[in-house]
Amino acid sequence: MITALAFYVFAITAVGAGLLVVLSRNPVHSVLWLILAFFSAAGLFILMGAEYIAMLLAIVYVGAVAVLFLFVVMKLDVDFTELKGGMAKHMPMGLLIGVILLMELGMVFGHWTFAGDAQALRQSPTPSLEDAHNTQALGALIYTDYIYLFQAAGLILLVAMIGAIVLTLRHRVDIKRQNVMAQMHRDPATAMEVVDVKPGQGL
Amino acid sequence: MITLEHYLTVAAILFVIGIFGIFLNRKNVIIILMSIELMLLAVNINLVAFSVHLGDLVGQIFTLFVLTVAAAEAAIGLAILVCFFRNRGTIAVEDVNMMKG
Repeated sequence: MITALAFYVFAITAVGAGLLVVLSRNPVHSVLWLILAFFSAAGLFILMGAEYIAMLLAIVYVGAVAVLFLFVVMKLDVDFTELKGGMAKHMPMGLLIGVILLMELGMVFGHWTFAGDAQALRQSPTPSLEDAHNTQALGALIYTDYIYLFQAAGLILLVAMIGAIVLTLRHRVDIKRQNVMAQMHRDPATAMEVVDVKPGQGL
Repeated sequence: MITLEHYLTVAAILFVIGIFGIFLNRKNVIIILMSIELMLLAVNINLVAFSVHLGDLVGQIFTLFVLTVAAAEAAIGLAILVCFFRNRGTIAVEDVNMMKG
């Protein structure tokens, strides 16, 4: 009973927040609704018993991706009201396609069943909760069977990081910049000069 | 009783909202990126729901990788957006034709 109540609260919050992400006038509000949607989805994951993914969603999505969006939205000086102009024009088209897609998904919904040997085809069945909880079981799997994929995921993130830096880095020419190589290659012969100053003359 | 179908319904609705958002905000690329994040979230809900229902952990591992790629995609997308804004002074993407493609 309480599970059902929690499910409906999280589900309705997620869907409502998702709608407001799309419809809200101010992009900053959109990002905040997106954060609410992610939190509600994390609640749904916890209800399903996938607490590791739930925590990952809270940390990676809310903590990193949403804050990145927030930074960019606030950094760019854009007239957002002007960008909202075509919204009423695209509304009927978007609604039509959305309703058609939802109906197609609904048609699929009533007419599928699990294959008879679905249980037998499982790659790595979930261990019972007495043996290992969700995070422990996932870790045991990721660091053994899926270690290469895990490393590849790390490489993807590295490439994304380098790409983002390369794309946004710009070298300004109108500022003085420290030249580390020139500093390191100085030697006493070029850097110093001993001058024999005559008394009363100065340089 | 909350069944698999309940979760699939939520995921389907979120996915459609994502697509609806892309159609609705054709000019504002930030909202488009957010809509893509919503769609990926819906996919993740589907994967985890099936994973829990079947008792197979691989679905959750797949979710992990989808999450990774989504984070990378958001970072690169926003970097391109910042770059575009510096060059054009706007983020309206309805008439992007700089590359004459």
